[in-house]
Amino acid sequence: MNTFFLIVAMGLCLLMFLSLYRCLFGPTVLDRLVGVNAIGSKTVVLLLLIGFLYERVDMFVDIALAYAFLNFVAVIAASRYFHKRKGLYEESFMD
Amino acid sequence: MDILVIILLAFGFLFFLGGAVGIIRMPDFYSRLHPAGKLDTLGIMAMVGGLALYNLHHFSLGTVLLSIKMMLIVFFVFMSSPTATHSIVDAGMRAGLRPWTRKPKNNTIQPRETGKE
Repeated sequence: MNTFFLIVAMGLCLLMFLSLYRCLFGPTVLDRLVGVNAIGSKTVVLLLLIGFLYERVDMFVDIALAYAFLNFVAVIAASRYFHKRKGLYEESFMD
Repeated sequence: MDILVIILLAFGFLFFLGGAVGIIRMPDFYSRLHPAGKLDTLGIMAMVGGLALYNLHHFSLGTVLLSIKMMLIVFFVFMSSPTATHSIVDAGMRAGLRPWTRKPKNNTIQPRETGKE
């Protein structure tokens, strides 16, 4: 079962690299925010898998919960920041 | 029980894969939010549910509490992910990003210029 967990964790890392493309080359700032949100939601599962691999699940569950909360707060704070800022539209269509 | 755990993990991984492909392939910011919000939520539910089921191998009070804590992560993600998606869409609408429309054919009416002043 540990081998299966390791394979799933490596596949999740691959999917995180796929989402990292949107973070790096996203045309707008909000696209990058979407990519960061997707990577964060994969990281929660990845932390639990790491906990099962190291057999310290009781510690890694708390880390995963804190990470989910931090991800939520980061996305909310960044989008609230772009509520107030008007320069997003002019920068975003440079192509 | 191991078979059910493997099925749940593969199911969640399939949904994560669909979400990642949708984030890359979708043409617009608003349509990119749709796979990012929905499929990641269902992927987290399936995978963390499978891991919580695997955690119940040694059945005792500690592992039951640990599985309940994992389901609390799922519950929190179910609350927070639509809120985050709504907040990003709200920021995009207020910043004035126009939604994507299909490219017109040759003989149709030309629509207005899309944002490239």
